[in-house]
Amino acid sequence: MELTLWTYEGPPHVGAMRIAASMEGVHYVLHAPQGDTYADLLFTMIERRGRRPPVTYTTFQARDLGGDTAELVKRSIQQAVDRFQPEALLVGESCTAELIQDQPGSLAAGMGLGVPVVSLELPAYSKKENWGAAETLYQLCRGLLKEQVPLPGRPKPDPTRWRAEGRRPRVNLLGPSLLGFRCRDDVKELRGLLGDHGIEVNVVAPLGAAPADLLRLPAADVNLCLYPEVAGPLCSWLERSFGTPVLRAVPIGIGATTEFLRDLHALLDLEAPASLEADQRSRLPWYSRSVDSTYLTGKRVFIFADATHAIAAARIASRELGFKVVGLGTYSRELAREVRAAAQELGLEALISDDYLAVEKAMGEAAPELVLGTQMERHSAKRLGLPCAVISAPLHVQDVPARYAPQMGWEGANVIFDTWVHPLMMGLEEHLIGMFKEDFEFVEGHRSHLAEGAPARSAPTPEPALATATLAPLDGGAKAAPVWSTDGEAALGKIPFFVRGKVRKNTETFARDQGLAAITEEVLYDAKAHYSR
Amino acid sequence: MAATPTLPPLIKESGQREVFCGLTSIVWLHRRMPDAFFLVVGSRTCAHLIQSAAGVMIFAEPRFGTAILGERDLAGLADANDELDRVVGDLLGRRPEIRTLFLVGSCPSEVIKLDLAKAAERLSQRMVGRVRVVNYSGSGIETTFTQGEDAALTALVPMLPASDAPQLLLVGTLADGVEERFLTLFERLGIGPVRSLPPRQSTELPPVGPGTRLLLAQPFLSDTVRALERRGARRIASPYPLGVEGSLAWMAAAAAAFDIDPIQLALVMDPLVERGRRALEPLRRQLEGKRLFLLPDSQLEIPLARFLHRECGMELVEVGTPYLDRQLMTEELALLPPGTQLSEGQDVERQLERVRASRPDLVVCGLGLANPLEAEGIATKWSIELVFSPIHGCDQAADLAELFARPLHRRELLQWN
Ligand code: SF4
Ligand code: SF4
Repeated sequence: MELTLWTYEGPPHVGAMRIAASMEGVHYVLHAPQGDTYADLLFTMIERRGRRPPVTYTTFQARDLGGDTAELVKRSIQQAVDRFQPEALLVGESCTAELIQDQPGSLAAGMGLGVPVVSLELPAYSKKENWGAAETLYQLCRGLLKEQVPLPGRPKPDPTRWRAEGRRPRVNLLGPSLLGFRCRDDVKELRGLLGDHGIEVNVVAPLGAAPADLLRLPAADVNLCLYPEVAGPLCSWLERSFGTPVLRAVPIGIGATTEFLRDLHALLDLEAPASLEADQRSRLPWYSRSVDSTYLTGKRVFIFADATHAIAAARIASRELGFKVVGLGTYSRELAREVRAAAQELGLEALISDDYLAVEKAMGEAAPELVLGTQMERHSAKRLGLPCAVISAPLHVQDVPARYAPQMGWEGANVIFDTWVHPLMMGLEEHLIGMFKEDFEFVEGHRSHLAEGAPARSAPTPEPALATATLAPLDGGAKAAPVWSTDGEAALGKIPFFVRGKVRKNTETFARDQGLAAITEEVLYDAKAHYSR
Repeated sequence: MAATPTLPPLIKESGQREVFCGLTSIVWLHRRMPDAFFLVVGSRTCAHLIQSAAGVMIFAEPRFGTAILGERDLAGLADANDELDRVVGDLLGRRPEIRTLFLVGSCPSEVIKLDLAKAAERLSQRMVGRVRVVNYSGSGIETTFTQGEDAALTALVPMLPASDAPQLLLVGTLADGVEERFLTLFERLGIGPVRSLPPRQSTELPPVGPGTRLLLAQPFLSDTVRALERRGARRIASPYPLGVEGSLAWMAAAAAAFDIDPIQLALVMDPLVERGRRALEPLRRQLEGKRLFLLPDSQLEIPLARFLHRECGMELVEVGTPYLDRQLMTEELALLPPGTQLSEGQDVERQLERVRASRPDLVVCGLGLANPLEAEGIATKWSIELVFSPIHGCDQAADLAELFARPLHRRELLQWN
């Protein structure tokens, strides 16, 4: 039993819904009580979908439990097939149905429905949404492709066979799905990018694919595992069964996109792309080198997201924007190893957790100037008075923008530069404020409109009552907070307001560590010296 | 049971339902009682449902959470009771301000027959004087949406102190501002003392007994009423306080029960009624003649249909309700126009076929259905807003009508050429 207040991921059957709803011609019969129909709103409200997810719920009630719930399952399956005439049917159960063991998958298999039926077993009490999505995509493809799997021992297809076959090389884009972060736009960006290099897209799945498209998966020369959370198991299976090589580089950021193109060209035996492509096609490299961006140097950034976006963000932040990554973590336990490795490279220990309070605590302790996270971190950052940009699911409706805003490829890098730098103060602006801050016209509370989300006051305001009461015992509560002396306060007042919060926090930490009861001007400067080392 | 001979036979359906479960009511109950915590014992689905229903209200540390059952709990490796004690201990250690802990049952806890009532008793004894632990079930196999509040309040009834003294007890969560307004009006009428269930502080439970008259602020409290009646309270039969007419009838029923002079009632209410009707006028012009289809969701459908027809002139195509408690709806049903088609339960696909066939001007429905219907060209109003907004009383009648007029108005505003 585990106490959960807010969760990063839904149950695994919601992952299955994401696959079904992303596709065409697939229907999902879910043995579940009525309340579980809430999941429809994730698609119709957050994604603003204009059609209901293709899901039929049995909505069994307590009074059905004494009777024949298996009959209800069969009736629901038959009605769904008659009404929606899917090309493939997924059958599964949610947490409650798992306990009553009606085996809806076997029931469906015995009904002679005349459509491929894929029975989903998604353990609701140990697995979560992304795992469910990955498992569903894998099971569905495996179910549809099993007749095509070549006998063991047959030679693997050569990824350069396109040349002999007198056609262009072609790849599958695997993993983009509804409720994933900016998948729709990433697909468009990659189609353009690959097209520019003469590479064709064979199948995109699950987003927009029909079962008939999945039957064409083995025709690709390379599989692009774009979102490992969703496509990882499928890509591995396709590699094992059909010998299709997998490119696991995720093209988010300049370096990663360059690497992605280079590796893909190598796999396909194409001539390597021009090294200047990044500079020509994306503004991020120049914007980051331009003088205004000097002010971004060493900005402290805290990153928490799904593994795909956390790893990408850490690389962009540290190498391409000159930020200092002060925290890196993920809720994707399945990919914890990869995130740990990325953190280690930055001299950090990765935070692997699905407890948003633990993440919030780590965030507070890291004293970042920018948070890159999910909707959960956006809320935590708001409480701590920190600017934040959302980089990963779980999403809210505002994370599905009307405009084209990919994360992948060259345009993705532009979008990332704008959205991450936007919450920070721009260099020129910061410089002017510094110059004029002694002027009487200068209003202390003035904040850049860019620093939205940051509080008007300099010190992070603790959430009244609730949070203070609840968080206090967590950090032991034993050490009394050091008190600011008058000259200490005065010295603090001379520090520009936009760094004052950080200085206050650092000084207090320093004083506490040193066991000091009062913070004088001297202590402040000692602390300053300590932290600038 | 009052007969409603003017209504055609009820459509009763038992297919796929598209309704939240009773856990959803935690979203407003926890705000009503800031010293209470709602701990669902359930699955990740339950946690995800509440989070999704709460939507953008994600702020600070919420006063509700889910003790998620794991494989160890199901396999019996971990004694569920020990685990629950541990979780509750941790939680209350972190939240010393909590005075009442609701242990809320879910489908999984019901199916594995976890005895939360006994657990509540045990925990209550252990924490006597500090925290009261109350159990109810909000499971989707037993409750729909607003029925969760009914179950929560029913669980509180045995804890209410006994008193024979005359009093008026308002039953059902009202927005704080609306409640205050009602209290002022009752005072002007000379009715008192007036108390509320749920109270604003979970520790200040109202007394109940033979002197208690019940006035229902919400129509979905069947079990609560029965439990209160067993403790001697008597219900004041009345329409619900939605719209000017309903609110006036509601106040009048209370006044009659307390032998208030009708002149006094008129003195207090006439100006409000007059003002409320005036405020409704422009909205009536927008809604008049428009055809309304209500899908079953919040259990407020019947009183809303009555208001929107009688005071706003809308035509009722179909009025769906998750379940029909004829006793609590007698006065409302009597006010529906002859020929109103009621439906109970749901078979969502067939009901949507009826929606498409009848081409209504406005459909009241849940969040899962709203955008898909809009995409088909049918205007919608989300029902969940009705349980979160202050809609009760004469003063709110125009606001309530505006909720339905807005989607129609918006369609008129938008132009693409
Ligand atoms: S319907 Fe049951 S399992 Fe689903 S969220 Fe509600 S209580 Fe939990
Ligand atoms: S609003 Fe303030 S910060 Fe933004 S551009 Fe104008 S002066 Fe600069």
